[in-house]
Amino acid sequence: MTTAQPAPAPLTRPELVCPAGTPAALKSAIDAGADCVYVGFRDETNARNFPGLNFNRRELAEGIEYAHGKGAKVLVAVNTFPRAGQPEIWHRAVADCDELKADAVILADIGLIDHAARHHPNLRLHLSVQAAASNPDAIRFYADRYGIKRVVLPRVLTVQEIAEVNARIAPIETEVFVFGGLCVMAEGRCALSSYATGQSPNINGACSPASDVRYTETNEGITSELGGFTINKFAHTEPAGYPTLCKGRFIANDKASYLFEEPTSLNTLAILPDLIRAGVTAFKIEGRQRGRAYVAAVVGAFRQGVDAVLAGKSLPDIDLDRITEGGKQTTGAYEKAWR
Amino acid sequence: MTAKLTLGPVLFNWKPETLRDFYFRIADEAPVDTVHVGEVVCSKRTPFFEPYIASVVERLHAAGKEVVLSSLALIMSEREMAAARDLASDADLLVEANDISVAAITAGRPFVAGALLNVYNEGTLATLESMGAIRVCLPAELSGDAIAALATAAKSEIEIQAFGRLPLAISARCYAARARQLTKDACQYVCADDPDGMEVETLDEIPFLAVNGTQTMSSHYMDLLPDLVSLRARGVSRFRLWPQNVDMVAVSALFRAVLDGRMAVAEAEDRLAGLCPGVQFANGYVHGRAGHLFVEDDE
Repeated sequence: MTTAQPAPAPLTRPELVCPAGTPAALKSAIDAGADCVYVGFRDETNARNFPGLNFNRRELAEGIEYAHGKGAKVLVAVNTFPRAGQPEIWHRAVADCDELKADAVILADIGLIDHAARHHPNLRLHLSVQAAASNPDAIRFYADRYGIKRVVLPRVLTVQEIAEVNARIAPIETEVFVFGGLCVMAEGRCALSSYATGQSPNINGACSPASDVRYTETNEGITSELGGFTINKFAHTEPAGYPTLCKGRFIANDKASYLFEEPTSLNTLAILPDLIRAGVTAFKIEGRQRGRAYVAAVVGAFRQGVDAVLAGKSLPDIDLDRITEGGKQTTGAYEKAWR
Repeated sequence: MTAKLTLGPVLFNWKPETLRDFYFRIADEAPVDTVHVGEVVCSKRTPFFEPYIASVVERLHAAGKEVVLSSLALIMSEREMAAARDLASDADLLVEANDISVAAITAGRPFVAGALLNVYNEGTLATLESMGAIRVCLPAELSGDAIAALATAAKSEIEIQAFGRLPLAISARCYAARARQLTKDACQYVCADDPDGMEVETLDEIPFLAVNGTQTMSSHYMDLLPDLVSLRARGVSRFRLWPQNVDMVAVSALFRAVLDGRMAVAEAEDRLAGLCPGVQFANGYVHGRAGHLFVEDDE
């Protein structure tokens, strides 16, 4: 018996969700074609709590005004886990997002989500990648209980698995990372940084914090350390990369290697058509800690890429090597062989 | 009331007969109140021990131990979710949820919130309790102050990780396979070569981490012997011992003796070092410091 092939569903145009660590980057992202920008407050309530980065309340109000004037949205990440006994600054952050009319707040902690759903019923809730909701039951838990509208998927699933998740959770939207720095562990479930330094993404909003980094010059070259542990060694001729813990070289079974992952960046430009066909609602670019030039280049490239796929044209050949970590690129967990 | 001891699930890939015999000896000899059984790290390992679970549970029950079935930590496929549903449908045994989806599908029945769920504050604790959590094992990286605040707020029993390699991260990628130039799909179960995890050293050959398949752990073993009494006073009801490939009967006896005031901490520390040759110990997290540190006393 033969069955007719179902006609392919029309492709939905995914939103491009772009990082903004500063008001200047927010404008650059929107001017380069971002549909949404995501930002954080200048404190430990978000997972990019780096010196000199992020927004105060006035800057956020101005950023939202600029974005809305250009038809773009602003999402605010409040995606660390509130400290026991001291939830006030996290509650304040969510209240301010509501008051300043942010288009959504991106949350990771169940207790904070519960608080937001009770006290800010009109605020749109997105589930942060830091919540590591990796399966339909986990996602539906947040949607059924708290009305989460969108989930940022952890970087553990293949494109095929993402398509299966989307089919099972509709109309809950999914957002996936398409470019930038790459966690190789399930996000929000990694304590490597605090083990070495006492500072963690979940509690302090910082992984492998600069305050614990040291570079030492030796006869052979440069050693990079984090919390006193050697993360890598470089010859004088090599550039000494930042010692992000999971991108270091370590010895196992008497062999030195990049045991977890090489210094590399996620780049999915080449598989954009697959991700669009998987039914993803929004494409997220990592890099709130990066400058305006990075934001403009990456956003522009993905704007062209998404528009080309939707128009049925071939993908543009855009070289993003110069802005990737170590000049290396990967499609990460989206392809099964990565595992 | 005195604090209880929990033997956490064996996180490593031990041979099924070894694992069975381990649990039989725990049942007969270890002074622990609760024993966890089940695969937490990698679903590919699950089938091998399944034939032995019933006899292990029976032996543990006969010895008066409470038995808890632990779920996978990272559920990524319908097959893994179906296994979790099976686990949660066992009406006779408590289930430990190590992924939020497992807590959700227990549908109001009592469960244990596992160490791999993110419980950092009273709001999350209260939510899990409202869903049926009767016991919550807190994440490794919490400070003593955070632990005390949660213990004060808790209606459930608060458990903390007191011995063994700390589970620090979980991934879709298998590093035991990667270290041997294999992929996860064709892994040849090489994680079984490392019954205590694969040692990971820095380029200066300093012990740092350990790899257990898709899980990354601390190189140092958590050791809360010096902190047991003060943490008990701050409201901790239970201490979890993570099984290592050492004499866990003797290890659990040391923790029991210190909790009961029958052995001085210094003597227990000496004996623990003897039971774990070559191992470095850490307790930094509960002192609000980096996890790898060992803090003798808060200055």
